[in-house]
Amino acid sequence: MQTLEPIIAELPLFKGMKPAHIQLITGCAANVRFEAGEYLGREGQPADKFWVLRQGRVALEIHAPGRGLLTIQTIGEDDVAGWSWLVAPHQLRFDIHAVTATRALMFDGKCLRGKFATDHELGYELMQRFSHVMLRRLEAMSLQLLDLYGDHYGEHD
Amino acid sequence: MTDQPLTQTDAPREAGRADGPDPMRPALFRVVRNRPETHDTFTLTLEPEAGGGTYAFQAGQFNMLYAPGAGEAAISMSGCAGTVTEVVHTIRAVGRVTKTLQRLKRGDALGLRGPFGAPWPVALAEGGDVVLIAGGIGLAPLRPALCHILDHRERFGRVSLLFGARSPRDILFAREIETWRGRFDVDVEVTVDRAGPGWHGLVGVVTTLIPRVQFDPASTAAFVCGPEIMMHFAVRDLERRGVPHPRVWISMERSMKCGVGFCGHCQFGPFFVCKDGPVFRYDRVAALLGTREV
Repeated sequence: MQTLEPIIAELPLFKGMKPAHIQLITGCAANVRFEAGEYLGREGQPADKFWVLRQGRVALEIHAPGRGLLTIQTIGEDDVAGWSWLVAPHQLRFDIHAVTATRALMFDGKCLRGKFATDHELGYELMQRFSHVMLRRLEAMSLQLLDLYGDHYGEHD
Repeated sequence: MTDQPLTQTDAPREAGRADGPDPMRPALFRVVRNRPETHDTFTLTLEPEAGGGTYAFQAGQFNMLYAPGAGEAAISMSGCAGTVTEVVHTIRAVGRVTKTLQRLKRGDALGLRGPFGAPWPVALAEGGDVVLIAGGIGLAPLRPALCHILDHRERFGRVSLLFGARSPRDILFAREIETWRGRFDVDVEVTVDRAGPGWHGLVGVVTTLIPRVQFDPASTAAFVCGPEIMMHFAVRDLERRGVPHPRVWISMERSMKCGVGFCGHCQFGPFFVCKDGPVFRYDRVAALLGTREV
């Protein structure tokens, strides 16, 4: 039977990691599928998992009173959904909503956190890689906040 | 095509030539159509007052449009480039001149100077992949470049258009985007910065689209147009994908007045955006973009 190990080793998130670490990560991974409209997780729920999308699209959403659900960002193939599993109190910050039928690799964050206790190098490596994911999200959100295409743009007449 | 830096050729500057027409004197044009594109954007189709004449320009160049009683504004052509009988401009109504232009009706007259400035180097991009990155109204100056590429599709490798808008109601050329999407030879990705529940497309800034498309970084020419901060981040993400700075062109916006580098309003370090730009090879202006006082 083919294991997930070679697939996980080729994911951009894990590419270049030591085979022993890939093996450990694979032990905490499973293939999952979501129908369009299904939620991978809801804001405030325990953040014990994260997903790497293989196909489809999910939206990170937040509920704004009086405005309903607002989509903050959509993510697609090879993107990572969920980083709150790394940071206490391990609660989801956003709703994660499958916009289309989605296939993903799901990783058990609780299982990985357990491994970090005995393998600090693995913990450091994943923290580095997730910091990069968080940095990119933060950067994108900063640009969104700038309201790039607002009325201040193109007023040279 | 190799990964050698591309050289930008001089733009035709007919209007500024000693033996050409006076670049400071507007020619009279009439409105053929004024079509709303979005809630604040419209497309003016113009023809020379005399009728039957032709007009030549290159993708990325701009005109100075004179709205009688209001003043002039620099507006890039948004129609297909070449020798045309009608000149097309897509304009966002944000100031006195552009709001006056928005009110023009079929048959109304306006003044037009130009074409001015350096074009997108579409010929230099031949043989390689092309990535067009547009933010907001920045899609309008890129449209003639895409038009040229699609008209000569066999001369280019993979072609991608990445477009970011403020919200779904700000998506420019929505119908045309659907047509481009329907083609199998161009990869079109559209995203919006903010969206409510009715939107089923992508949400996120335009730079998040860069990792989504396939291109060979060494042979890619990237044309970027939008707010300066957007272009800054787009270039950085292109760099992350391996596209070298000399293969990236950006279209700059400054307060253009004369259009021919006389008045100095659009001075940008040693350059005049109206004459040396608006399209610049990124490595020529990269240092200036990081200088706050310029």
